[in-house]
Order: sequence, then C-alpha cells, then structure tokens
Amino acid sequence: MSSYEARFRVWRGDVGGGGLEDFAVEVNDGEVVLDIIHRIQATQAPDLAVRWNCKAGKCGSCSAEINGRPRLLCMTRMSVFTREETVTVTPLRAFPVVRDLVTDVGFNYDKARQVPAFVPPKGLAPGEYRMMQEDVDRSQEFRKCIECFLCQDTCHVVRDHEENKPAFAGPRFLMRVAELDMHPLDAADESGLDRKRTAQDEHGLGYCNITKCCTEVCPEGIKITDNALIPLKERAVDRKYDPLVWLGSKIRRRS
Amino acid sequence: MSVVERQEWDVVVVGAGGAGLRAAIEARERGARTAVICKSLFGKAHTVMAEGGIAAAMANANEHDNWQVHFRDTMRGGKFLNQWRMAELHAREAPERVWELETWGALFDRTKDGRISQRNFGGHEYPRLAHVGDRTGLELIRTLQQKIVALQQEDERETGDYESRLKVFQECTVTRILKDGSRVSGVFAYERETGRFFVLEAPSVVIATGGIGKSFKVTSNSWEYTGDGHALALLAGAPLLNMEFVQFHPTGMVWPPSVKGILVTESVRGDGGVLRNSEGKRFMFDYIPDVFKEKYAESEAEGDRWYEDPDHNRRPPELLPRDEVARAINAEVKAGRGSPHGGVFLDVSTRMPADVIRRRLPSMYHQFKELADVDITAEAMEVGPTCHYVMGGIAVDSDTAAARGVPGLFAAGEAAGGMHGSNRLGGNSLSDLLVFGRRAGRHAAEHAAASAGGHPAVSDVEIDTAAAEALRPFSAEGPAASAGEGRPPENPYTLHQELQQAMNDLVGIIRREAEMEQALEKLADLRVRARRAGVEGHRQFNPGWHLALDLRNMLLVSECVARAALERTESRGGHTREDHPTMDRAWRAVNLLCRAPDPTGGLAATDPERGQITLDREATDPIRQDLLALFDKEELVKYLAEEELHP
Amino acid sequence: MATGTEPHPSSGGVRTGTRAAIAAPHLRTDRWWLAPAATAAGLFAFIVYSTWRAFANADYYAAPYVSPFYSPCLAENCAPMRGGPNWDLLGGWWGVSPAIIILIFPLGFRLTCYYYRKAYYRGFWMSPPACAVAEPHEKYSGETRFPLILQNVHRYFFYAALLVAGILTYDTVLAFRDENYAWGHMGLGTLVFLLNIVLIWAYTLSCHSCRHIVGGKLKHFSKHPVRYRVWQWIGKLNARHMQLAWASLLSVALADFYVYLVASGVFDDPRFF
Repeated sequence: MSSYEARFRVWRGDVGGGGLEDFAVEVNDGEVVLDIIHRIQATQAPDLAVRWNCKAGKCGSCSAEINGRPRLLCMTRMSVFTREETVTVTPLRAFPVVRDLVTDVGFNYDKARQVPAFVPPKGLAPGEYRMMQEDVDRSQEFRKCIECFLCQDTCHVVRDHEENKPAFAGPRFLMRVAELDMHPLDAADESGLDRKRTAQDEHGLGYCNITKCCTEVCPEGIKITDNALIPLKERAVDRKYDPLVWLGSKIRRRS
Repeated sequence: MSVVERQEWDVVVVGAGGAGLRAAIEARERGARTAVICKSLFGKAHTVMAEGGIAAAMANANEHDNWQVHFRDTMRGGKFLNQWRMAELHAREAPERVWELETWGALFDRTKDGRISQRNFGGHEYPRLAHVGDRTGLELIRTLQQKIVALQQEDERETGDYESRLKVFQECTVTRILKDGSRVSGVFAYERETGRFFVLEAPSVVIATGGIGKSFKVTSNSWEYTGDGHALALLAGAPLLNMEFVQFHPTGMVWPPSVKGILVTESVRGDGGVLRNSEGKRFMFDYIPDVFKEKYAESEAEGDRWYEDPDHNRRPPELLPRDEVARAINAEVKAGRGSPHGGVFLDVSTRMPADVIRRRLPSMYHQFKELADVDITAEAMEVGPTCHYVMGGIAVDSDTAAARGVPGLFAAGEAAGGMHGSNRLGGNSLSDLLVFGRRAGRHAAEHAAASAGGHPAVSDVEIDTAAAEALRPFSAEGPAASAGEGRPPENPYTLHQELQQAMNDLVGIIRREAEMEQALEKLADLRVRARRAGVEGHRQFNPGWHLALDLRNMLLVSECVARAALERTESRGGHTREDHPTMDRAWRAVNLLCRAPDPTGGLAATDPERGQITLDREATDPIRQDLLALFDKEELVKYLAEEELHP
Repeated sequence: MATGTEPHPSSGGVRTGTRAAIAAPHLRTDRWWLAPAATAAGLFAFIVYSTWRAFANADYYAAPYVSPFYSPCLAENCAPMRGGPNWDLLGGWWGVSPAIIILIFPLGFRLTCYYYRKAYYRGFWMSPPACAVAEPHEKYSGETRFPLILQNVHRYFFYAALLVAGILTYDTVLAFRDENYAWGHMGLGTLVFLLNIVLIWAYTLSCHSCRHIVGGKLKHFSKHPVRYRVWQWIGKLNARHMQLAWASLLSVALADFYVYLVASGVFDDPRFF
C-alpha cells in the first residue's frame, strides 16, 4: 500500500464571505475525496463543515464540486487525480452557502412540494394493483434518483440565473413529473390534473434547453434528458402544439 | 441562560427513517399535529442503504406462503428469543403495509402477472422479499417521503400552510427527552446549521433513531447510527432489552480500506451467488448447524437445483441466517483460508450471465466498479463480516410500541428491541419499520389525544440543564472546565476512533470474558476523557461539536452491549461466546434489561468501577399455545426448556 | 432549518448573492472548451459549405447522381434529370437556386433536433459553454417564448424529413443506373449514396420525436406489444442520436461533394460494373 501527501484547496467560509484554504494531507490507496475531507477534519480542522451520510453513493448527501465539477465526495476516487494535482473542493455553487462545504438546498424541497403527488386509482384496494414490468421500467429508472441535487446544481437555468428559481422546477423535479406521468396507474387525468400541460405551464419545462448537463453529472447514470425531459417535452407538444389535438379540443368544447 | 424557543405539538417523532416516517404518517392521519426531527436531510436516512427487500408473506411467488410460515421463520432466525407477539403482529400485518406503499406510488419489481415480485433470502422458507432491484430501501424512504409531501399538500390546500399539521425539522439533533414527573413532556434539540437550541413540547414522543453501528470500526452503518434513541430512552428512564445481540452481516466489502464494511447485499446470495474460500471450496456446506440440518442442501448439486425447483430440493447453505454465515466466514479466515485482504470470495460471475447480474444487482455492480475497481460480472468479490444491525433496543409493549415505564414514550424500528430475538432475518427490518412504525404512530396519536388539555409541562430548569450539557464541549479548554483539572481537552475524533477500535476488537463478532472486561475498563477510561472532549470554533454547523455530543450516546450504548454480552454465558444468534460456544435452553427464557440509574450522566459517568449501567434479568413471556403449535415438537425441544414445553 | 423555505429574491449567477464567495466563473481544470469549440467549428464548416453549394445553383447533377441538396428539385430552372426527382411545382417565377426550396425541410429538421439544439446552444450560444461553466448572458428564458418556443414544432419537421428521406432513397435506387440511364450498374457514387441514405434513415428514425410517436407517448406498453418492440428498437438507435447526427451530416455533404466533383469534371465516376 502506498500513501502520499496531496495538496487540497477547500473552500471555507459562510454567507458573509470566505475563500479557498490550503491543506497538505495524507492519501492512501483506494481512498475517495470524502476520506481526505474527513482526515482534514480529524487532524487539521475539526470544525470543517461537510454534509455526508452513507459514504456508499446511496444517499446523495455529500454533493460538492471537485475541481469545478459537481460530484459526490464519496464516489470520487483519489486515483482519478495525479499526485501532483491540487484538488479543489467547493460547496455547490447554485445554492446559498451555509458553512464551508454545506449549502442550503431548501430550493429542492420547495420544488418537491410543488409537484402534485401520485393520484391513486379509484376502485383499486391495496393489494389489487396489477402492473406489468415493462410498464414500470421507465418510472423505475427515475426512481433510482438519490436526490443528491447535482443536476439541480449544474443546471445553468438556475445556476447562472437566480431569478429563474421561482419559475423552474429543475431537472430532478421535472423528472418527477415525468415519472408520475409514466406511472401506469397514476389517475391524475381522471382527477382533472394534466401533468403534461402543467410540466410546461407550472414547472418551467420550457426553460430547459436540453444541454444535458444534468445527465452528465448524474451519479446514478439516469438518462434524465433523453428519457425524462425530452419525452416530457414531446408530451407537452401533444397537448399544446399539435393542431389536430388543438382542433379536437376546440370542437369538443363547442359541443 | 438565553430564552429557548418552544413549540407545541401533539406527537414528536425522533428520526426520519422508515419507522419514523411511517409513524409520522400514521399519527398525522389520525389527527395528531406531528413533528419529525432528523439529523440528516429529509430523505437521506439510513433506510436508503437497505438493499434486499421487504419481507411479507404475500404469496405472490409461492402460493404456500402465509403469515404462519413467516412467523416460524422469524422465530427460528431469532433462536426463539423474539418477543413472540411482535413476531406474530409483524408476520400478520407486513403484507398490508407493503400493499399500502403501492397506493402511495411505490413501484416494486413485478411478477409475470403484474403482482409484486418476491425474492429469496436467507432464513426465509419461500421467496418473500418485495424488492426493487437492489435499492429497496431507497424506494421505501422515497415513497414515505413523498407520502409526507402529499399530506403536506393536503394541509396546504386546507390551511394555506404546508407545515400546519406535519413538519419535518431536518438537520436537527435531540439531546434530551424532557419529562414532567414520570410523563414525557417533549424534547430538547439543537439545529445543526445554526447551533440554536429549541424545545418541542409534546405529550407523545416516538423514538425511531435506528441503530448503534457507529460504535464499531467495521460497520455498514452511517455516521447517524450513534445510538441516540437508545441513549435518550435510557436517560429518560426506559430500559433497553437484550443489547448483547448485534448482527454482523456476513458480507461487507473488505477492500479498499476506506470502504471496509460497506454492505454487499444478501440478494447476491439469494440470486445465486456462492461463497468460496481461498482453496475454491464452497465451505458453507461444512457449517450447517444441527438445528438447521433438515432444511439445507447437503450437496452443491442439490443446492443448485433449488434455484429452479425449490419445492423438491433444499436451499444452499449460503442462505443460512446471517449469524451462521458470518461466523463461518470468520472461522475460514482464522483458519488461513481467507482471501488476500482478509475476507472470503463471493462469486456471481460464474453463476449468472453478465447482463443478468447488471440488471438484478445494479448497485452492487456499480459499487464494486466505482469503489474497488472490481467487475463483479467477471471476478469474485472479497467480503467479510461487518457490524450491521442491533437486535437489542428499547423495551416496548408488543401491541402499542410504548416504551416500558415512561408514559408517552414510544419506540419503533431498529431502536426498539424484541422483535428479532437474537438474530434478524434479512428483509425483516423493512417490514418491521412499517408494521411497528405505524403502530407507534397510532398509539402515540391516541396517547396525545387522551392527554389533550392536560399537556405535561416543561420546566425551565430542565431546559437550562439540557442546554448546559450541550454547551459543555465549548468550555472544555483550560483549567476552568468542570472535570478537566487543567489538562488539555480531548479530540472527539480520537476518542471516537478509540471507542470503535475497542468495541470492534473486544466486543465484536466472537466474544471472550476477559476481553469484555477489558472493554468495560476501556469504556470507563473513555467516559472520563469524553468529559473533557473539547471543540474549536462556534456552534454553526460544527461537526466536531456534534460528534462530542454523540459520544455520550455511543458510550452509554456500548456499555450496555458490553455488560449484557458479559452476562449472557451462552452463544445465540448475534451473540457468540468463545468460552460458552453452545446455545443454552435455560437462557432462552431470560431477557437482559439495561438501565441508567443516574440519568443526569453526572457522577457515575466519571466513576470507572461502577459505570453508568445496571443490568437486570427478567423472565420472557411464555409463547402462546397456538403459536407453539405451528412448530414440530422435535424442533421445539432444541430451543425450549422442558417446563416451557409443558406449561 | 438548514433547508428553510424562504424565497430567494436576488438575481444573478454563481458569483453573486448568497452563493459561496468564489470569484472565478468556474474552477474546472480539464479542457472543457474543447467539445464546444469542436462542435462550433464543425457546424460552422458545414454552414459555409452548404451555403456555397445551395446558392451555387450548378454542378448538382451528373447522371445518374443528383446532389441530396437539390433533391427533390421543385422549380422550372432545375437541370433535366431523366426519371429523376424533379417536379416543376413552382413554375418559372422561381429564379434563384432550387436548393433553397427543399433545403428548408432537412435544415429545419436538424435545426430543431434535440441533439443539434444542445450542440449549438453550447457551441455558439454558450448557454452554457460546458457544465458548471458560467454562461455570459444576463438573462435567460430558454425555450419559453418566441422564437425558441418554435422548437416545439420538431415533430412536423420530422414528418417532412421522412418524405425527404424517401426521395433520397429513390435517388439512391436511381444511382444503380449508369450515365446512359441503363439499369443494373454501380459506381463509386452508388456506394457513397448508399452510405448516405443508410445514415440519413438511421438519423431520422433515431429522432426523439419519432421515439415518442412510435411508442413513447403510451402509458401502457403491455397493451401495445408491437409498438413497444419498435419503441425499444428506436430507443437503441436514439442512444446514438448524436453520432448519427454527425455521421449523416458528413455523409450528406460528402454525397453532394461527390456529385460536384463528377459534375464539374474533376474526375469520372469509377464504375464497378
């Protein structure tokens, strides 16, 4: 087993200001960036704030930016860097900073509340649900999401434009709309809720310009753009920009 | 002392994992205004780590399954030490709890005819685990989280406020349960972000804080698992039950060192994975204990046939209950037949095609690829035992989940004891969370309703004491510190590492009397030093401070584990004594209860001899006759003493 | 709480407001600019080439090959092509290059294509230039309003692209003649056309709108087994949409350039038989 001393730059501070602080710290075989952050905590900066939990890429707590790229600290192995390289770790830059590597991710919890929940079908008791595997595959892919919010962080719609936050749900929650719209037993339509239309009208689907950064950073490898956002855009087109459908709805309304 | 903010609620749930969220949903649906407090962000609780599935006798995969069979499996797995009424309720109610999740939007893997698919797991006679690939815990937590949001949306439509009846206080830690006389009156907590203290007053408190694994070095548990709920209950005057039973999951990663302990799901074996030693031998065939001889295959050929034809063959011994497999792996490594990094080989690559592995075990594939550079479709994994679960916990009433002796205190999930006896079967924890989370929520709401109008009072003195206790780490420096005697403050990270090492080495998977005595001495030493644990910086999101506070809980709980383990002179389930290697029928009827006689954590904490914990023995409830009748006489005689068989 | 639900009133990007105080617009250390630069260069090269060729109004037919830029040819001023795709729909008033009429459709298809959108939003617009690299714009409204809201018409260009691909297929069949219109022959140009038409079809069918129309819009695949099968197949193609977009862009330019070379007499189409 070989170990070496790595150079780290970690952002420290709070909403009042801060900066990158240098650390020289030991690195051992097979370690990930979170191990190094923990070592800094245990030996050099006991009050270094970092959010983490499972350390196995399953909970999505330790999101941060490493050398400028949104990543999970626990799933970034030190072996991807050269020994000479300085590793820069900063908090997520799309959200208000709380302290050091911890940010206020409340935006995401707000948005989660704005997506109407699953509507259970009437007349089916618990235990009577029947769904085919091929019908749940699509939504299951989206439910792999660990809510690390890296996609929300990297999406330039809100990262570079704070003012868009009220109008735009972000990839994670547009994907949630897609998940529910593709759920084989979701009865939103019957209850008068048109998820396809609200995706655009209420959750800001139109802001997405499908530049695919959400897909690039997803640690679960979910094809957010190709499988959720673009299909959702097409579904919105069905509702809003298809002349035949439009004509049909006009006629129906008249009769 | 500064003024601490107070809020009034009907029910406070501590912990937002599966049990906590299920309890909160139930309490809110029964009309109680409910607050949930959790240390992490909402939706990150340790439940997400559960991989295999939820055990429930829905009989979708094998029509012979029913609650009685599930009950039998659970009792066998727990070596009959289970609080049998809990095991009964659990087996009866689990299917409803799973089906209910579907009505909240959960999407389990499906059978050909569109029902919930069920998979095999260790100790379960039939395929019984509802699952979603190998990320079932994530599905469970997300479904419950989204149900909570759905209820909040309902409240918003009616009251204009999402949080009027159900609120989640995330990233907050409870340090004390407050009491009015013998009754629970609320909780004292701090917000991790700001370090601000606050009090939630409530007549009912549900503890659902999970386990204690962070007291051990090699563990599959996250940082949250510091035994907070166990310690809170102890300090509130409630006893802990059978804390010596700690489950070491047989398969954790062993390499690289930084991920040592991370779980490798049992589904790997359930789906066909086999264990081999360095000689290439499937050693588990040598480790089938007598009580299970008739249930497991004798040859590799029979074991392999079982995957296709379970009705006419017996299951392979890789699927023995976890305690058996963990001990077997431990023995192989000790005998020098281990893998290069001190584990054994778990192989699926020669058992299934690569694409099937990737589809059925996606997170395992991902985990090994990303963290260890191992392609599990092409080579074997190296695995070894890892601390995974504590069967012991807060002693509760089986039906109501009420903690004994403290009116208004309830406990559910891993924090509660009894349900799993001496060893938990895989898949039974997620169903446990749902069944008893719901029961705890229901009875907490009823208790709150019954005390409406006469809410217990919270005294300022109690709040001030709790605040002073929480602030002590900041004043540990310098000669003014209460017990510091001018010595420099201790680093909480160092103390934590020493504690983990001690528990791992001295009260680990195989236990010896002398080592446990040594452990108790070490704990006493750590306890004294922990009084001087000091922290730098201020109260705003300060992990050093958080750890210093969690140390109190870990030390309390570790002492319970060590004392109870020393007391129980037999080997059973998650408690293996090298000096008492066999199961003793006389011990089956004995529960060990831990209590903390001095809840202030004052003098006793500094006295190395006395310790903080007293231990009592208690006779277990006799098992109800109709439940005993579910077993063959020949089987019962292996577990029960003569007088239990003929009451 | 740590995740309180206060509104965020300020505006601006990563360097403003309550975000961590970091002056740099990004901290990426890799060559993040390479991909958008290469994309922009590639697209720019194609635009220059295709503009020249579309307005040239010459050297687009060398029997039996017709340049895909000029097919179908819909004005009176088209070069005569025996059996070829020229239908005089517009009459004699159309004075400029007939390529302009038809190029609108494949260009519109590519312009509104979900892949090309990503490519030029990143490459030309720098919105964003690369992931986690701050974009230079003050305001951003994405595809919420005119003109970019028109991107939603992609599926209608897809229908048109199907027709165009059909005609190019017809052209490819015609390429099995020799320069005297005798059937059963094949030259190097035929191969170029074959390659092009395969890539054109693969790109067209791998379109996200196509994936939606054939099955993606369904709620229950289990009730439509055939469409489910087709959707899965299109999905596999769709995963390579980017590669197909570039490959077919190159191949269509190559096919045109080949016709140009032969028509302008630079060299004779080598005949195999």
